[in-house]
Amino acid sequence: MPFHEAVRLAFQQIRIQKLKSFFTLLGVMIGVMFLIAVVSIVEGMSRYVEEDFAGALLGVNTFTLRRGTDVRFGNVSEAEWRELQRRPRIYRSDVEQVRAALPSGVTSSIENMTFAYATSAFGRAKQVQAVGAEESYFALKKYKLTSGRPFSSQEVTLGSKVIVIGTEVASHFFAGLDPIGRELRIGGAPYTVVGLIESQGSVFGFSLDRLAIAPYTSPISRVTNPRGDVRSFVVQASNAALLNDAMEEARSVMRGRRHLPPSQPDDFALETSASAMSFFQDLKGKLIAFGTALPAIGLLVGAIVIMNIMLVAVAERTREIGIRKALGARRRDIMRQFLVESASLSVLGAALGIILGVGMAKLIAALSPLPAGVALWSIPAAVALGAGVGIVAGLYPASRASRLDPIAALRQE
Amino acid sequence: MSDNQFGDVTLGTTGEHSLSTTAERSAVVQAPGVTPGQDWVIVTRGLKREYDMGGEIVRALQGVDLAIRRNEYVAIMGPSGSGKSTLMNLIGCLDTPTAGEYWLNGMLVSKMSDDELARVRNKEIGFVFQTFNLLPRATALHNVELPLVYAGVSSDERKRRAKHALAQVQLDHRMDHRPNELSGGQRQRVAIARALVNDPSILLADEPTGNLDSQTSEEIMRVFEGLATSGQTVIMVTHEPDIAAHARRVIVLRDGLVASDDRRSAFKQSMGIS
Repeated sequence: MPFHEAVRLAFQQIRIQKLKSFFTLLGVMIGVMFLIAVVSIVEGMSRYVEEDFAGALLGVNTFTLRRGTDVRFGNVSEAEWRELQRRPRIYRSDVEQVRAALPSGVTSSIENMTFAYATSAFGRAKQVQAVGAEESYFALKKYKLTSGRPFSSQEVTLGSKVIVIGTEVASHFFAGLDPIGRELRIGGAPYTVVGLIESQGSVFGFSLDRLAIAPYTSPISRVTNPRGDVRSFVVQASNAALLNDAMEEARSVMRGRRHLPPSQPDDFALETSASAMSFFQDLKGKLIAFGTALPAIGLLVGAIVIMNIMLVAVAERTREIGIRKALGARRRDIMRQFLVESASLSVLGAALGIILGVGMAKLIAALSPLPAGVALWSIPAAVALGAGVGIVAGLYPASRASRLDPIAALRQE
Repeated sequence: MSDNQFGDVTLGTTGEHSLSTTAERSAVVQAPGVTPGQDWVIVTRGLKREYDMGGEIVRALQGVDLAIRRNEYVAIMGPSGSGKSTLMNLIGCLDTPTAGEYWLNGMLVSKMSDDELARVRNKEIGFVFQTFNLLPRATALHNVELPLVYAGVSSDERKRRAKHALAQVQLDHRMDHRPNELSGGQRQRVAIARALVNDPSILLADEPTGNLDSQTSEEIMRVFEGLATSGQTVIMVTHEPDIAAHARRVIVLRDGLVASDDRRSAFKQSMGIS
């Protein structure tokens, strides 16, 4: 029997027993649905992180000089931790030397960041992201101001108590008011608001607009870096090649200042958005593994259901098999007929599962801060998986059908 | 099927002419291992079939010698337990013998594998069953097409040939109906069309009138008569003497052996049928 004939026959059989077929493919449908939803959400998250998160938080073609890496994932061993604790701090003298050695065409700024409580005359105390930076920080971060002005280099030199705030800070502390010229207190010190940054949106539901930036020389340093060191120094180049040059310059200056022999590793961290991404790749792999394990169990159950129903179908249709054999069907014809039938059921279940899974991913994306992006590869993969499940589940029933003795099969009522 | 490809066989309207003689039959049967001549469609030599029924050996056939020439219309008769069902399964290539030779159309079927047997059933044998054995969910046309599906015939050609076969049994006007929308006689005619559609060497009927009333039985017997007259080899297994009396030769089995093998006239005489 040709293949297309078997497919036609299978769909005819499915059509005749609509309800039974539906319950048969339910397991595969649910399995594929969750599989697609999980993959879509993980995929959406990673695309989001790669495109938005990395750009928004770390910046493109940017590196950061720190004492230790900011983002750590997994277990840090005792020895690693000790090593981190022993590292010398970075001071302004280091930063000045590094900055002097940087090639021209790069922008750089000190960035001392911490969470601190702020107060104003108009709002309750609230935690904000307090940043001590230089005047170049606004250009580096590509912050646009909707009103007011950034602080100037003179204000940085003088350590003036001026501050530029994000939209959320403005709406909390100065609700319904123009924040420019008003007073915001952080760590007890009063700052005059001089500028308002355009809304930056959020990452994973975490707002980027809760920040307040003051000159790093201002009293904010008592909050952001009480030890008087530099938390981090951000360098941005216009292209990747220049970034590499800048990084190498920074590394050699730092190693020189620390008198590190070539055999010893860096006792400071140069972090790029790419190195921060590697942690996320790690996380993504784990999410996919855990997130697909459960739907995989669903698929297994689906396969068992299909196998069961196919065994029942073989028993019910023994006479039909006998007739087909008497009329010249070979073993492989019967085998193919039942295999195609179970594969068709399963692929149909997978197709419904894809539709529902995509819908579910979109629904989750709409109702929660989790982003979703349907990975195109997951659709053919789900169909192939469905066909595979169907074939594996149909193998035993089909082989049983193909081995039936035609005489006994014809005699069955 | 009406064209006579074998010049040495005479087709007659009464049928008696195409009958093989006893001497001819014993000559072809008594030559083990020799491929029978072209005009012998079925030759069995010492055909035995034994079943193991829980340790007890049941000898259903104990050495059946048969020779049936092309275009013969033969009935195989016998009481239940005589082995006629076993013989019919063997002739129909649904089963293989324990011992002995079975030659179908010059092929030694008794040595064939499962898949080869399926192919022989498809090409050489047209089955007609007592219970019709039509697929209940398929239309008459699709039922008739079924053997051609397994023969690998294209869809258009299949339809054309199936319609032609249904026309032969005067059922072309009912081809889009399912079996449950047809009368018993019509169902059996669909089954006959299905048996004929792949142009088989033999039409093998197992109690073809067993589920039909006497009037419909006569109607089916007329179809068989017409087919036999036009040159189709027909073998019919039955336990009813008056149905067997429609054939031109009657083989009677008893206890797994051929008890008698006569022309119709002699059979009628012995059974007392007018």
